Amino acid sequence: MSEVNTTTEQSQTGSGKMLRAMVGIGVICALLIVVTYEQTLPRIERLRAEALEQAIFKVIPGITKTKKFQRNEDNTFTEITRVNKTKQIVYAGYNDKDEFMGIAVEAAGQGYADIIRVLYGYNPETEKIIGFYVLESKETPGLGDKIEKDQSFLDNFSALDVSLDKSKIKNKVAAVKQGAKTNAWEIDGITGATISSRAIGALISSSTNDLVPLLYQHKQSFEINKSETKK
Amino acid sequence: MNSPSHHKANTGFFSSLKESPSTDVFIKGLWRDNPVFVQIIGMCPTLAVSNSAINALAMGLATAFVLVMSNVLISSLRNFIPKQVRIASYILIIATFVTMTDYAIQAISVPLHKSLGAFISLIVVNCLILSRAEAYASKNTIGKSMLDGLGMGFGFVFGLLCLGSVRELMGNGSIFGYSIFADSFQEWIIMILPAGGFFTLALWLFIFNLAKQKKSA
Repeated sequence: MSEVNTTTEQSQTGSGKMLRAMVGIGVICALLIVVTYEQTLPRIERLRAEALEQAIFKVIPGITKTKKFQRNEDNTFTEITRVNKTKQIVYAGYNDKDEFMGIAVEAAGQGYADIIRVLYGYNPETEKIIGFYVLESKETPGLGDKIEKDQSFLDNFSALDVSLDKSKIKNKVAAVKQGAKTNAWEIDGITGATISSRAIGALISSSTNDLVPLLYQHKQSFEINKSETKK
Repeated sequence: MNSPSHHKANTGFFSSLKESPSTDVFIKGLWRDNPVFVQIIGMCPTLAVSNSAINALAMGLATAFVLVMSNVLISSLRNFIPKQVRIASYILIIATFVTMTDYAIQAISVPLHKSLGAFISLIVVNCLILSRAEAYASKNTIGKSMLDGLGMGFGFVFGLLCLGSVRELMGNGSIFGYSIFADSFQEWIIMILPAGGFFTLALWLFIFNLAKQKKSA
């Protein structure tokens, strides 16, 4: 009987100790992470902005400068110089003759491991997606990360059809099995990266569905010199 | 796992430094119990991220930093952590330093962070770090644990660099991005693919063990 009592007592003091240790370590760890986050955030944001700028040049071929536009509540687009974090931003690209070449749009969606952030280029003249670049992904190395490296997958986005029928996309972008692509609006998936390539298909599809009609409708507002450029 | 005495005969050219015990702790990780070539642990990042010298160096240094910091913190809290929750505590501490490293690498370079990708977060489960916490830091003083972390950490950097430089040299014709061979050099693409990691590891293990055998003979 007495033996039982001592064991219970021991385990009680034990759990108190355990709780104290875990909570104590938790607090120390949380503090360390918060301090590091606060210290590195400004520099990370600056580097990210630079990386984004470079990515825009990749997804709209042939441009030499970019401008930021923000999407207003009434779904129009106006040029901005300072980023307002609550508004969606798109980036217009121009060649050295100041001709409007296309729009880069950031899109994000759930991948296999974490949120995947991508940038794609849209050309309202040809009504096609003309470029694609993965900004951030934590997909499984060797499998899911093929969405960044597999050349035949990336080739899907050199001329992906997103043409409009009145004010809606004629055919929604969709990912299909590798080698099963028959239409210009389909994305050839990757064997071994099925979930990741489908996730890309889904996030491009929902983003284009939402934005492409608006971008097409307002494509005039991205032109630098409206009187000189033809329609 | 702590300083196996039967290895003492194999210390090689470091044997002159062996007099003081603190150097011994450091040398043990760097050479005698090298994590890559002797203990063969932490193989996942070793094989995966050693496709270029710069990736190998960055990954090695990140792991070494986490190892040293977690060893120090775990050692200083070793009397405070009850035995029953020690593994959970170690993982919590290791994960904290990995998160800090993740932010730090993002602040250093975005392309580097991109090329290391998910492997930074995966430092948490690198068995090298947990094994040092459990086998060494939880039983030794702060100073010794720090030295152990430094030794093992730089041993890991050394191992990764050995693999990374050979793979980049053969697979890309360069080291740290600087071209070594003439343009006519035909790259061995397989060396920067996963299979090349195994080939290079086998090659280094062969060289390392050959050298050891000669010393002890």
